[in-house]
Amino acid sequence: MADPMRIRAQAAGDKTTVRVLMSHEMETGQRKDSAGKPIPAWFIQEVTTAHNGKTVMTAQWGPSVAKNPFLQFNVKGAKAGDKITVSWVDNKGDKRTDEATVS
Amino acid sequence: MQTRREMLAHSATVAGLLATAGLLPQTALAAWPQAAFEAKTMADAAKALGGGAPAPSGDVTITGPDIAENGAVVPVGAATTLPGVKQLLLLVEKNPSVLAAVFNVTDAVEANFNTRVKMGQSSNVYAVAMMADGKVLYAQKEIKVTLGGCGG
Repeated sequence: MADPMRIRAQAAGDKTTVRVLMSHEMETGQRKDSAGKPIPAWFIQEVTTAHNGKTVMTAQWGPSVAKNPFLQFNVKGAKAGDKITVSWVDNKGDKRTDEATVS
Repeated sequence: MQTRREMLAHSATVAGLLATAGLLPQTALAAWPQAAFEAKTMADAAKALGGGAPAPSGDVTITGPDIAENGAVVPVGAATTLPGVKQLLLLVEKNPSVLAAVFNVTDAVEANFNTRVKMGQSSNVYAVAMMADGKVLYAQKEIKVTLGGCGG
């Protein structure tokens, strides 16, 4: 199981800015180890975010996304106290879900 | 007659083949658009996602630094003010596979996403908006990289 994500959701007016920092290697599959063997690709493929349980945004990522990915987006109509849930699935089938409260 | 060892070797080969073909359940996850992520040009990626020919547009914006010191972490953002946008794409022209990320936009979120990508070398970065009516609009920005983020 991967390390927890760090999620910060801050309401400003009628929208909420959500910033997520995930903990993941994001190995591209292009690099080689010291023995010259390619390191297999290992990256987050699918990100899903929900506001109070309703999916608001999904994303598909490729191996070009940086290590320990950062994601920022704005949710319309979310206010303080609402729940923001972020989950990801990587190409090995590993997954993680974390939740934050809008402040 | 097959020995147990041969059997195991065979099943390992088959499993490997299945994995590369993307047929194993965990690799055939949901709707990850494999063809789009293997595309070598923006037009191919747009086509793989069901769009038409890309056209430049002033209503799509890409944000990012002019010079990135470290290609392993380049902050970029894609945004558009146009209504009816279905997906926002981020592409790096000179990466081994150009498509970096696809964001599916719904009514509940603004079409404005920021993330960080890896860049192998200085190149153009594109923000592409896939519209609901099939139009593909893009904005581009050149980002110079002092230290590459892929390989080595």
